Amino acid sequence: MKVLVTVAEVSEVDEAFEVSGTGIDERYLEYDLNEWDDYAIEEAVGLSEAGVADEVVAVTIGPERSEETIRMALAKGADRAVRIWDDALADQDLLDVGTKAELLARVVEEEEPEIVFTGVQAADDAFGATGVALAERVGYGWAAVVNAFDLDASGGEASVHRELEGGIEELTDVSLPAVFTIQTGINEPRYASLRGIRQAQRKEIAPKMLSDLGLDADAVKGELELTEMYVPETESDATLFEGSAEETAGQLAELLREKGVVA
Amino acid sequence: MSPSVLAVAEHRQGELRDASFELVTAGRELADDLGGDLHLAVIGGDTEGFAEELSLSGVDAIHTVAYGEEFNHDVYTQAVVTMAEELEPAVVLMPNTVNGLDYAPAVAERLSLPLVSDIVGVSYTDRFVTTREMYGSKVETTVEVGRESVALTIRDGEWEPTEEPGEPSVDEFDVEIDEDAIGSSVTGFEEVAGGDVDIADAEFLISVGRGIEEEENIALIEELVEATGATLSASRPIVDNEWLPKNRQVGQSGKSVTPTVYLAIGISGAVQHVAGMKGAETIIAINTDPNAPIFDLADYGIVGDLFEVVPALIEEFQ
Ligand SMILES: Cc1cc2nc3c(=O)[nH]c(=O)nc-3n(C[C@H](O)[C@H](O)[C@H](O)COP(=O)(O)OP(=O)(O)OC[C@H]3O[C@@H](n4cnc5c(N)ncnc54)[C@H](O)[C@@H]3O)c2cc1C
Repeated sequence: MKVLVTVAEVSEVDEAFEVSGTGIDERYLEYDLNEWDDYAIEEAVGLSEAGVADEVVAVTIGPERSEETIRMALAKGADRAVRIWDDALADQDLLDVGTKAELLARVVEEEEPEIVFTGVQAADDAFGATGVALAERVGYGWAAVVNAFDLDASGGEASVHRELEGGIEELTDVSLPAVFTIQTGINEPRYASLRGIRQAQRKEIAPKMLSDLGLDADAVKGELELTEMYVPETESDATLFEGSAEETAGQLAELLREKGVVA
Repeated sequence: MSPSVLAVAEHRQGELRDASFELVTAGRELADDLGGDLHLAVIGGDTEGFAEELSLSGVDAIHTVAYGEEFNHDVYTQAVVTMAEELEPAVVLMPNTVNGLDYAPAVAERLSLPLVSDIVGVSYTDRFVTTREMYGSKVETTVEVGRESVALTIRDGEWEPTEEPGEPSVDEFDVEIDEDAIGSSVTGFEEVAGGDVDIADAEFLISVGRGIEEEENIALIEELVEATGATLSASRPIVDNEWLPKNRQVGQSGKSVTPTVYLAIGISGAVQHVAGMKGAETIIAINTDPNAPIFDLADYGIVGDLFEVVPALIEEFQ
């Protein structure tokens, strides 16, 4: 069976940064593989190692720069990758969920995987919705926030745990084909080995423009407009201890004694 | 389309969840902006009992769908979509809870509505203007919607729950659930995170986060815990890495704690972490990043390197 895994490169802001317009200047951004997707990749590669998946395909929406990130998925064991990008996408400040789902749906329709793994959310824009929206768009089943995954390949079903609030897990059976949004902690993501990294250089990353997916620029005209970005007024009324490590530790120790939690 | 709001209540294991009461507040505010009615959908479980509890001030109508005991995303999606098609609300309002994550995007897709998730604010004058956070709460954004109708999910704890009783109409909503289209079935629940200690009982919690970097370094925090007689807890990445057991996790998917003092070391203060510790009497943070959201919550703080401050603190107690 074929397994598709969606991979996003996310941006992280430095400790010191400035907002300019509706974005953060490139200077203050670093790019990395989305934490949740790392677990999704591991889950997919695990199925391949268990002999259940014949092929693991990674798909991303991102500019050329993001090949560095998608190579991490290849180095960890994905067989090949698809990267979707287009000038029409570069023009958008904020890709809405529907747009992402539409782009990924085209790839799902072409690849026809039995299972799609995505992360629960992307660390930067945190919509937390692409996986389920994708499932709905392609008519697959789904389960969101999955922290245990058990496949009955011949039965065409997966038994999963969904991690609810407050330390409660829901046990759910989902018929395949389906999309699963993966929660951190479900497995232990591997580090890419040197050999894996070398092999990844030779694996295919197929670029796809909108026209390759049978879409035009109108398809990615989102309905959401990012009109403002700002650093929120600090609500902090914290008393900050100042000085050397010894001085601040001294003040903190005094406070803890005052509060009566340490003798 | 009518200028109304349709909000979807949430319950689990026989009880309405707080999110339901917060949705009423958010929904009423939006309905006022729009000049329309607030409708509530109550799906599954003890719908009659839930409808009674949700007969709150500001709610105009409650529609119940008696189908199943617990949440099932296929049932919820079908029921909400059918209701929305009949009522044609301007807004379908859902909670950004774990279950919200499991059906809200499908509802938006099926109704071809734009979705703005995890909002912390919203208003309508001539268009919908929402507020969301990005980059781990380091920035806030304004996102405007270029459509007359929208699906929204609201962040837990951002709106005061409505408690004042009211007198909405209550009716059983006639929806034929298509059983063939149900691709998932909930087979049970499991409680995790039992074990040796209950961090919820602790008076003084020292909590460690990803700032600790390596498993070996946990020993440093354990030394501090030892020296102060505190109880050790953690943010999620520490537990995900299996450096500490699950019963030590504070947060939305871990435990809620209410100690006298909560000392957060190398923890950024992500919303799902904060959900579990904001009830602490005194919050203290040690973090190298002065912009870390944890400082917005903290009563006291040290902007500094834990690898310098913690050893000095251990000294203080030896
Ligand atoms: C559905 C869902 C449920 C979740 N449930 C939970 C939950 O229950 N509990 C939970 O905690 N998270 C939960 N999360 C994850 C949450 O979103 C964050 O990823 C997590 O809380 C981050 O943990 P952290 O603060 O330790 O790490 P980070 O966010 O990486 O923060 C590390 C901090 O350490 C600081 N730091 C680094 N080095 C040093 C140093 N030398 N000295 C001092 N400070 C330093 C950094 O400045 C940074 O602020 C959940 C997420 C989802 C999507």
